[in-house]
Amino acid sequence: MIWNEEAECMSREDKEELQLALFQKQVKTVYEKVPFYKKKFDDAGFHPDDLKTLNDVKKIPFTTKDDLRSAYPFGLFAVPEDEIIELHSTSGTTGTPVVSGYTRHDIDVWGECTGRAIWMAGGTKDSIIQNSYGYGLFTGGPGIDHGAKTTGAMVLPMSSGNTARQMKMMMDLKCDILTCTPSYALYIAESLEKAGYSPEDIPLKAGIFGAEMWTEEMRKEIETKLGLKSHNIYGLTEMMGPGVAAECDEQNGLHIQDDHFYAEIIDPDTLENLPEGETGELVLTTLTKEGMPIIRFRTKDITSLNYDSCPCGRTTIRMNRITGRSDDKLKVKGVLVFPSQIESAILQVDGVTANYLIHITRPKILDEIEVKIEISPETFSDEMRNLETLQRELEAKIHSAIGIKVDVSLVEPESLPRSEGKAVRVIDDRNLDK
Amino acid sequence: MNVKQLSVFLENKEGKLKSAVDAISSKGINIRALSIADSSKYGILRLIVSDNEKAIKALEERKFVVKETDVIVVGVKDEPNGLNSVLEVLEEANVNVEYLYAFVSTQVDEAIVVMKIENCKDVVPILREKNIKLLSKEDIDAI
Repeated sequence: MIWNEEAECMSREDKEELQLALFQKQVKTVYEKVPFYKKKFDDAGFHPDDLKTLNDVKKIPFTTKDDLRSAYPFGLFAVPEDEIIELHSTSGTTGTPVVSGYTRHDIDVWGECTGRAIWMAGGTKDSIIQNSYGYGLFTGGPGIDHGAKTTGAMVLPMSSGNTARQMKMMMDLKCDILTCTPSYALYIAESLEKAGYSPEDIPLKAGIFGAEMWTEEMRKEIETKLGLKSHNIYGLTEMMGPGVAAECDEQNGLHIQDDHFYAEIIDPDTLENLPEGETGELVLTTLTKEGMPIIRFRTKDITSLNYDSCPCGRTTIRMNRITGRSDDKLKVKGVLVFPSQIESAILQVDGVTANYLIHITRPKILDEIEVKIEISPETFSDEMRNLETLQRELEAKIHSAIGIKVDVSLVEPESLPRSEGKAVRVIDDRNLDK
Repeated sequence: MNVKQLSVFLENKEGKLKSAVDAISSKGINIRALSIADSSKYGILRLIVSDNEKAIKALEERKFVVKETDVIVVGVKDEPNGLNSVLEVLEEANVNVEYLYAFVSTQVDEAIVVMKIENCKDVVPILREKNIKLLSKEDIDAI
């Protein structure tokens, strides 16, 4: 079922006309209300009146994550604070978090977008949604919650964790839609299996999974084990949260809610817009956001766009599964990790040098990080237990820095790969582009 | 009467041990004794060689991390209770042995034991007092 046929099945022409009008209004608003954008536009020689067609969008300067950080916490708000009714924040693991503010209208839009996602997954007013995304500053739980309330589906605000209770509620209440990260979905699936349930016993019909990268292989496994159809969902706190895009039953790309978000693909090196269908970095603009409008945000997510209309009847453009990040940020177990964090953690240990390699794998379901660290004359000991102590100390330091458990392997000096004199820091063997 | 042992960090990987041994033997240095301690990912190769200085240079050229460690080398009778008699002395003196390994001597009735002990210096007189045969660098070279 299509939640909003008018918006989701609009002809491309009408959609582009709508997008242009909204874009023009948005750049005018930020130019007038947000000093940051006035300066940014002025510096780039762009004036809101220059936006005459969607082709002119490429003249507008980009907004980066650093811009958002520098404006922390409320520097990019386009309305007085009393109009903001909800706040969310990124985790801020790298220092300054990004705070996103929502007006009542923005929350309505959010509910509309995640509501469309719920309907794409086959949701109805009779659905019971087991919402196992985290509730809190994280946008996952509240985003789905808003969508359920907008559409009138019933939501069970489980939040994440306590899997025994998740299973009990799922069985007792006969939840038909599960929303959580794909890795948690698999974890629940395996827990159900261990508890003796077969897929036929599980009441779920659909799942809406996102907030981390996952593969088609993982999708098949989740679908088989839980006996449901899974739907990828995409979003980011800077834009709104989950619901920017989501998959219909075709499972062939995520429909971007393009009456609320304008999507482009750029080459992350040249920053030029790429032709339709080519793979590059996704750039998004909030077309309707009031609280904190963001213009041409460089998401760093690598994907491509498909403008063909979908057999499901929707005409909204579709983005493919995210296959990577355009910079060195790593998303491991759903958490954003920076090599620099690991570096500063290991350097806290006496004698340890910055010769390390982060090796990420996904042997089964969950990501695993191995950090290989070269031993030095200072850290080498003739006694095994000293080396083991060193290894544990490094593991503890990294764990406290990034919040994820890692395996430290001590390796021989100069054994880690180096290219053009610069050490290779990260090897990601997760095969996420399957 | 301490002897300097070489300790080398080795990854548990094919060819690593060979590479280390090869580095030493290609310089004409003789390995007198050898032992390996290992975990699942790495090991420590412990060596008594004829020429430490040369061996360290050869190993470092191949990017190995090498350390010199003081160890005590004793000759024990090659008979039941031979090693035990030495350990008894150490136990009485409350001395902890970090690790030990043994190798055979050219003398038929003697085995040679390399021991890593905290505070080697303090332990030497105790062993002497109990008439335990301590071997010097020269003794080992002569084997």
